[in-house]
Formats: sequence, C-alpha cells, structure tokens
Amino acid sequence: MPVTLDYYLLLSAVLFTIGVVGVLTRRNAIVVFMCIELMLNSVNLTLVAFSAYLGDITGQVLVFFVMAVAAAEAAVGLAIVISLFRNKQTVNIDKINILKW
Amino acid sequence: MELFDIVFYVFALITLGSACVVVFSKNIVHAAFSLLFTFFGVAGIYVLLRADFLAVTQILIYVGGILVLMLFGVMLTNKVINVKIKTGTMQAWPAGIAVSILAGLLAGVFYSNWKDAQLPASTVDATTHLLGEMLMTSYLLPFEIASVVLLVALIGAALIARRNR
Repeated sequence: MPVTLDYYLLLSAVLFTIGVVGVLTRRNAIVVFMCIELMLNSVNLTLVAFSAYLGDITGQVLVFFVMAVAAAEAAVGLAIVISLFRNKQTVNIDKINILKW
Repeated sequence: MELFDIVFYVFALITLGSACVVVFSKNIVHAAFSLLFTFFGVAGIYVLLRADFLAVTQILIYVGGILVLMLFGVMLTNKVINVKIKTGTMQAWPAGIAVSILAGLLAGVFYSNWKDAQLPASTVDATTHLLGEMLMTSYLLPFEIASVVLLVALIGAALIARRNR
C-alpha cells in the first residue's frame, strides 16, 4: 500500500489522541506539559502534510508560529510550575486548587 | 512496498511507540527521554514530506530547547533526597469516554476523499529560501509579533520563577 495523505492524517490523529489521554489521566503537571507538546506536534504534522500535498508552502510558515508559541508556553508554564512547587511542595494538579472557588 | 513506505512506517512506529511511553510510563524521567524519540520521529516524517528546514528546526527548538527545559522542570520539582519521581494515573473512566468521543470525531475525517491526493512532483529542492522570503514579505507582521511574544514570555518566565526578594 503506497503511503498517501490519509496515512499522515491518521498518524497525526493518533498522536493527538495519545496526547489527550495523557492530559486527562496524568496528574503530574510536567507530564501534562509533555502531552500538550505531543498535541502541538500532531497539529504541526497535519499542517506540513497538507502543505506538501497541496504544493503550497504557507502551511510550513504556520508551523513556525506554532513552534514559537509552543516555546513561549513551555517557558512560562514551567516557570509557573516551579513557582507553585516552591510554595506548595507538590506538582500534582489535583492538589493545586487555589484558583478554584 | 517501496523504500519510502518502509521509512514512513518506521518513523510512525517510533513516534507512536515513544508517545505511548510518554503517556503511560510511571517514571517522569523515562517519559521525558522518550519524548525525545517522539520529536525525532516527527522530524523524520517532516523530511519525508520535503520540509527539510522544518525538520532541522524541530530538532533545534524541541530537542535543544523545550525538552531541556522539561528536564530542568522535572529535576527542580522533585525532591532528589527522598526519590519520588513517580506519578500515578487516575480518572481513567471519564478520560476514556472523552477520548473515545474525540477519536470518533477524528476518525470521521477519514471518510472524506483524502485518498485521491497525490504528492506533487518535487519542484524545489530546499524550502529554506522560500520560507525566509515568505517570513520577510507576506508574513512580516506575524513574524514580528511572534518575536515580541517570545521576548515577553522570556521576561515573564524569569520574573515568575524568580525567588521573592
């Protein structure tokens, strides 16, 4: 079977679903971050696949901006996690409920 | 089966297998290191899709930047003395239901006619020139905004993670 566009889409869908499973089941904030990166990667994969099959390079420019946002998100998120760990001595997201009302 | 297809399956297997390890491993350090293989697998698939510059950028930014940041986060938020770099899973049932709904939605996408699409014949040998040109002409404003976002994130992260004066 030759590899066609839907193979890439299926791969990226499965990768996204794995990321969602991780975000919903894991309780460690850092693992949740890793799973968010998995989801961002799967979206990037979709963009690149469509860009290749449509012969249009615009999708790859979008991937750049997604990567920039991912880097900013990881930096700020980890800073928040470290700051929370300093105050509450835990990164379990069930224990960090100070924003709940 | 051609060589191209075999390479695709190998990279897909690496990506999905290590992604599963990221999600299901109890040890966070193992999860972080298998995230490395996921990023490499995705970079390999970028190469197959003729996005050569993006593949290199993927390795530089994700492996060189984000993954190192993650590892620092893992090391800084676990007490090294009483080693407890473990994490449990819970709420499996709600997660399972939500994920099966999502997977069903995604599977619905594949009943459309993507199968007819063909990879167009290679016209350019490297995307670097084209990408640079687009970033400097039609996407100049988003490019500048992205740079400001990164600067703000840098300053904000340093400010948040800093110890109180």
